[in-house]
Amino acid sequence: MSPKSGKSGKDDKGRAGKDRAGSDRAGRTRSKAKPGADETAARDAVAAIPPAAPAVAPVQGASGLRRVVITGAGTVNALGLDVASTLAAFRDGRSGITQLDFRDVERLTIQIGAQVHDWNPETYFNRQQILLYDKFTQFTLLAAKEAVAQSGLSFHGELGLCSGVVLGTAGGGLNTWDENYRVVYEEGKNRVHPFVVPKLMNNAAASHVSMEFGLRGPAFTVATACASSNHAMGLAFQMVRSGAAQVMLTGGAEAMLCFGGVKAWEGLRVMSKDGCRPFSANRNGMVQGEGAGVFVFEDHDHARARGADILAEVVGFAMSADAQDIVMPSAQGAERAITGAMRDARLNPEDVGYINAHGTGTAANDKTECAAVAHAFGHHADRLMMSSTKSMHGHIIGGTGAVELLACIMALRDGVIAPTIGYQEPDPECALDVVPNTAREARVDAVLSNAFAFGGLNAVLALRRA
Amino acid sequence: MPTQVHDRIVAIIAEQAMLDPADIRPDMTPAELGIDSLGMVESIFAIEEAFDISIPFNANEPEKSDFDVSTMGSIVAAVEKLVVAKA
Repeated sequence: MSPKSGKSGKDDKGRAGKDRAGSDRAGRTRSKAKPGADETAARDAVAAIPPAAPAVAPVQGASGLRRVVITGAGTVNALGLDVASTLAAFRDGRSGITQLDFRDVERLTIQIGAQVHDWNPETYFNRQQILLYDKFTQFTLLAAKEAVAQSGLSFHGELGLCSGVVLGTAGGGLNTWDENYRVVYEEGKNRVHPFVVPKLMNNAAASHVSMEFGLRGPAFTVATACASSNHAMGLAFQMVRSGAAQVMLTGGAEAMLCFGGVKAWEGLRVMSKDGCRPFSANRNGMVQGEGAGVFVFEDHDHARARGADILAEVVGFAMSADAQDIVMPSAQGAERAITGAMRDARLNPEDVGYINAHGTGTAANDKTECAAVAHAFGHHADRLMMSSTKSMHGHIIGGTGAVELLACIMALRDGVIAPTIGYQEPDPECALDVVPNTAREARVDAVLSNAFAFGGLNAVLALRRA
Repeated sequence: MPTQVHDRIVAIIAEQAMLDPADIRPDMTPAELGIDSLGMVESIFAIEEAFDISIPFNANEPEKSDFDVSTMGSIVAAVEKLVVAKA
């Protein structure tokens, strides 16, 4: 989105997204046509541009862009196997971080993680399905079923043709890689199960979701490390907003808590041996989690017409690349994604009441993120709340943004701000209100969700109260 | 053995810093050597492999690690201690 279109006056505040979107598109076309032309003339100018022109959205009536709402949510993570139990843990400030339990764990230096213990796939899937579903697919499918059930949608017939799924994951079927490498390298076997490839591929979860619900439109997987699900949800938002799809299932999953997965992370020396304490001066690294979050992003008019319960509205998204370092984050890159999302959403800084932070609990991320937020929000940075729920569900890598979106929805819908638990000592370099240790009641109208990945890839979503 | 250990560590760090081993002095800090945090993690890995030791180092709190990486001299001393402990 061009900076020009971001110059939203205060008069835009609170106006319907559809109108906002409409003026936005006209604003962009104005810069393409003649300055000062009225909107009708600008639209005529758009119509005169060949349809291949990439920067101009297809003309869809007067308003162009659609509003996008969330009508279903589902999750599996260490805090619970559904949304209700996860939100209860957020409210109670309960940690899901425990002693890790899987094969060869005794050979790891890092012994803790937010693992989904007592996971019995037999409870949810039959034998043939389990042969095809890696754990990340299992988590995704369970979360997707919860989300679709809440939405009340059925994708039989026409709706399935214009609905799809875009999910994020960083490692895909890592447990499957791990188990089968062990079989051929350690155990010396020369044969693996025939389904290893369809089980481990990164798009397996998205494909199984499409098959489960009959989603026959756009379906794919996004891999941008720790920002994967925010990128996925941002693309889903853009697809529904542009009219490319009517409903998108979106979110992400990760199941990296296996010997090889944790061993690889150990190498970077950024993991904590004793706990996740985001923004606390005595933080000493990240703690990995596992799980999935899946949401139903639906065209607003479609949702309203069928009387659906709207959980929140998705109003903006921006992504940026640091183009700097493969692991060290950049405050400028993060800030550009934050301000970009607000611009896309037509939000002023003072509209934003809560930010779900990336907040990994590493020395580098937390101070960089606080610097980015402080700079992006100016004086308002001292008034907004920002918490990291990774202190509870761990860093779910490619699925983390999806599980964290639940905290955003809880803030908007229930007026409860999830805390940053494990907070022990103030850090002058993280001098924001990080909602330490205890959940807080507060009415907020708009929220952001940050994700800043290794590789310098940033993705920020903006949501509004429905 | 200490001289051998010393020379091997200097060689590893020199390679990481892209310097001649003769240019590395014990009082030099990683920053002066041009080694950033990822470079330090890489150097420590190379030292662990060279001496078959395990170095307790967390990039989030290098100053709090039992393994002192503040200067070239402190790194050599810490590795020598671990090598002796192993033998």
